Amino acid sequence: MDVHDRRYANAMVLQVGGRLDQETCDGFRPQLAGYVDRAARDQCALVLDFGGLEYVSSAGLRCLLVASRQMKAAKGRILVAGMQPMVAEIFAISHFDMLFEVSPTVREALSAVSAEAAAAYPG
Amino acid sequence: MRVRFWGTRGSIGVSLTANDIRDKLAQALVQASGKTFASFEEAHAYATAELDFATTHTFGGHTPCVELEPGGDEYFVCDMGSGARPFGVHVLAKQAKKPATVNIFQSHVHWDHIMGFPFFGPSYVPGTKIRIHGCHEPLEQAFRLQQAAPCFPVEFDQLMASIEFVTLVPGQAYEISGVKVTPHLQLHSGDSYGYRFEKDGKIVVYTTDSEHKLENRQEAESFANFFRNADVVIFDAMYALADAISVKADWGHSSNIVGVELCQMARAKHLVLFHHEPANDDETLSGLLKEAQRFEELTRGDHALEVSAAYDGMEIDL
Repeated sequence: MDVHDRRYANAMVLQVGGRLDQETCDGFRPQLAGYVDRAARDQCALVLDFGGLEYVSSAGLRCLLVASRQMKAAKGRILVAGMQPMVAEIFAISHFDMLFEVSPTVREALSAVSAEAAAAYPG
Repeated sequence: MRVRFWGTRGSIGVSLTANDIRDKLAQALVQASGKTFASFEEAHAYATAELDFATTHTFGGHTPCVELEPGGDEYFVCDMGSGARPFGVHVLAKQAKKPATVNIFQSHVHWDHIMGFPFFGPSYVPGTKIRIHGCHEPLEQAFRLQQAAPCFPVEFDQLMASIEFVTLVPGQAYEISGVKVTPHLQLHSGDSYGYRFEKDGKIVVYTTDSEHKLENRQEAESFANFFRNADVVIFDAMYALADAISVKADWGHSSNIVGVELCQMARAKHLVLFHHEPANDDETLSGLLKEAQRFEELTRGDHALEVSAAYDGMEIDL
């Protein structure tokens, strides 16, 4: 999986690309936990930019749930943005859209975090 | 082989209320507005063809009891939930006073899976042979306890049928009256067991009260092997995925989405969502079915999987 992070004021945007399934979630889970730690430590919201995510399975969704719990325990905030239609539909079908704050675009997610984060975003 | 569902609800039996039926009727009248029907048959045909399942039917409320008809004179049934009462009526009517032989396979002995046995008519008929198969040590104790005073007026020893308890070992295949039966250990409070039934090239898997830990690849592969090439997989789909792995994690049940994924891995032909949550009404259950069907469509590779939701009275012919 491709994972890259960018910082915009008090938001960290994590671009995630590829497939998040049973094959990849073992590697992705600790990586994501590290980003949650960092975001919480820096008092940043974490925006998961899923524009490049092609597929997510139930095992992948469980990775996200674990990260969400970790972030909640740290009293931080995690948002999901920019999902491709198929991934967005899987989120809805599995009722994960009720567990996460979901935005159609990264810009809208950053606006939900703060005006500063949205202003700092070039996209 | 035929599969017949006598009880499909999990945890506790439910029933439609008077208001539920009135609301369904009102909904049907609204949808049929402006149409006229010359006969009951015409109205029936319209309701069957044009109205959705949740309006014209109910998924039903008996707790788990699923009959298999593998051919032959003996009865095969999974679990003795409250659906065992109408199943017993069916057995008595079919036998026409001739004593029956009934093979029961218990997933486990939680109450919703044994509560129908005291009302299972054939157990009161002399000459009836009942073999209760299971992998739990306290199998017999559980059946006896629920009929002990002060819980029930008829003690287990007063039943007229000849009742035998048969302990099976998970992972081991058995030949039982011409049917190959393999039990499989499942994750549930106090353990539960699924059963794979094979006869004349047809395979039915009964797997209820089973939670799946999604990140455990070995566990997923073990279940995919258990379901391998099954014609029908009767699957515990009590919750939506988000509930099953968050607020209801470790409650011992699974979801419609995981059912689709495991059946796809196993190249099973037909997934039947089962052990419905008692809090879910017919519309919610229809929604969960549609979501599972759409998920299957979205994730389908070279193998199509049929997805249905079980209801009391449903029959599947293989």
